[in-house]
Amino acid sequence: MATRPNNEITGEPLIRFENVSVGFGENEVLRNISFEVDAGETKVVLGESGSGKTVLLKLAAGLLRPSSGRVVIMGHNLGEMKEVDLLDFRRRIGFVFQESALFDSLDVADNVSFRLREESRNVREMETRVRESLRFVEMEHAYHKFPAELSGGMRRRVSIARALIDQPPIVYYDSPTAGLDPVTSQTIITLILRLRDSNGVTSLLATHRLQDAFGLANFVFEPKSKRVLPVWEDGDGRHFALTKVLVIRDCEIYFQGETTELLKSEDPYLRQFLA
Amino acid sequence: MRTMSTLTSNTPAPPKPSLLPLLNRALKGPIQALQEYSLLVGDSIVKACTPPIYFSDVLEQMDVIGVGSLPIIVLTGFFIGGVMVLNTAAQFQQFGSTALIANAVSIGLVRELGPFIAALLVTGRNGSGIASELGSMVVTEQVDAMRALGTDPVRKLVVPRVLATFIVLPLLTAVTDLVGLFGGFAMARFQLGITAVEYWHRSVTALASGDLIQGIVKPLVFAIIISTIGCFHGLRAHGGTQGVGRATTSAVVAGSIAVIIVDLFLGKLLLYYFVS
Repeated sequence: MATRPNNEITGEPLIRFENVSVGFGENEVLRNISFEVDAGETKVVLGESGSGKTVLLKLAAGLLRPSSGRVVIMGHNLGEMKEVDLLDFRRRIGFVFQESALFDSLDVADNVSFRLREESRNVREMETRVRESLRFVEMEHAYHKFPAELSGGMRRRVSIARALIDQPPIVYYDSPTAGLDPVTSQTIITLILRLRDSNGVTSLLATHRLQDAFGLANFVFEPKSKRVLPVWEDGDGRHFALTKVLVIRDCEIYFQGETTELLKSEDPYLRQFLA
Repeated sequence: MRTMSTLTSNTPAPPKPSLLPLLNRALKGPIQALQEYSLLVGDSIVKACTPPIYFSDVLEQMDVIGVGSLPIIVLTGFFIGGVMVLNTAAQFQQFGSTALIANAVSIGLVRELGPFIAALLVTGRNGSGIASELGSMVVTEQVDAMRALGTDPVRKLVVPRVLATFIVLPLLTAVTDLVGLFGGFAMARFQLGITAVEYWHRSVTALASGDLIQGIVKPLVFAIIISTIGCFHGLRAHGGTQGVGRATTSAVVAGSIAVIIVDLFLGKLLLYYFVS
């Protein structure tokens, strides 16, 4: 159920940034970033283009190392891990890249099963898992197609299927709706809702589209009826969508909290962002 | 009225020109690149000797680099042999030793021209191909995606290309040598009237074991240089399609220059040990 009664989530957060700074040469990209993401929660990272959202996700996946501070994911301090250990660690997370980053030379099935092939899994098991994953994103018909034959939205969905193949507890989405039409964007957001509310996936989602944040914060996926419903309130209290927002501006966290707080904010920059 | 002295005293003294920051800027980039290249070479050699090795990718690259390069190797090798005979014939004729052309062609091809020509052709064809392929993968985040999926890009992308080049370049060099000898024979037979028996007998007997060692060692070293330079420039590509273009050009230029420079020093070293 996509609800979050008070005090339901306890224990260590799955994702924790502690005073993280990173730069390339003399260019500082992120400064003193600290936040936490609890299990089952989606944190939407909002910011203008070039504000460091992708860098933040890559730090969280150990694809980049911070200049200072600690990135702790599922209890692992990524800054202290060797690359060979990071490779193993990354098999437990999913990453959906902005431009999908599907391997051009492989067909959809091979793209989705890439991780399983690397682990030399049984061929029959691989096919079953690939079909399941593609069915989840409604792309089973593209099983033998190559990325060049797919539209942008289809590629994005295949990329989500690839990230989900091993059912990771954490998934990072880098601008998953960028450059897509509103209908396809909504399809992608619904997929993310389903993952959050049916599978309990914890995620970081970088975007510059406020609609994505509100879509995730104001709706929940109801697994029994398989319907997307608006958040509601009943005798048990308010049923929350497990989503919070983090706004990055000038290399730093500018705002952190619920979308309702963001809406009420009188801050001129946030108002401009909301306009 | 302000005097000249007050004016000069108020003006901040211009900074003393210093060579250090200029040198720092000029040298830092190339030294860092050299360091990164050395690390990549070391890493790929270690990973080429330890499991897991992607054998199917090695075979695929052997097909791309080896079989794919065969037509240009055959064509170029044949004409290089012919040109050698054409250009040296006059000199040998002056001394009435036309048949010695076969010795010159044979030694020249096996020791020097075979490895060198094959290496330059593979640099142009495959060094550029490797850089553009990997560069495209970098700028479209496919390499990051590979890392995010838990796969080491050096093992998956670099090692198969290095191993494949290491295996096929000596073979391509042998083909260049053989076809070059045929090209030389065609010119020697039809232009100078040297008999087949004399040409092939002299070609074979002229070669000592040191020549053959040179002809095998050189392509092995060139293979590592060409493949790692191609991979290095490809993996460093940035800035979209223009960046891929720059990486490809850099790979060919750096690869060709490296082959030429290494050829001189390696040739000297091998001559010292195996011929003199």
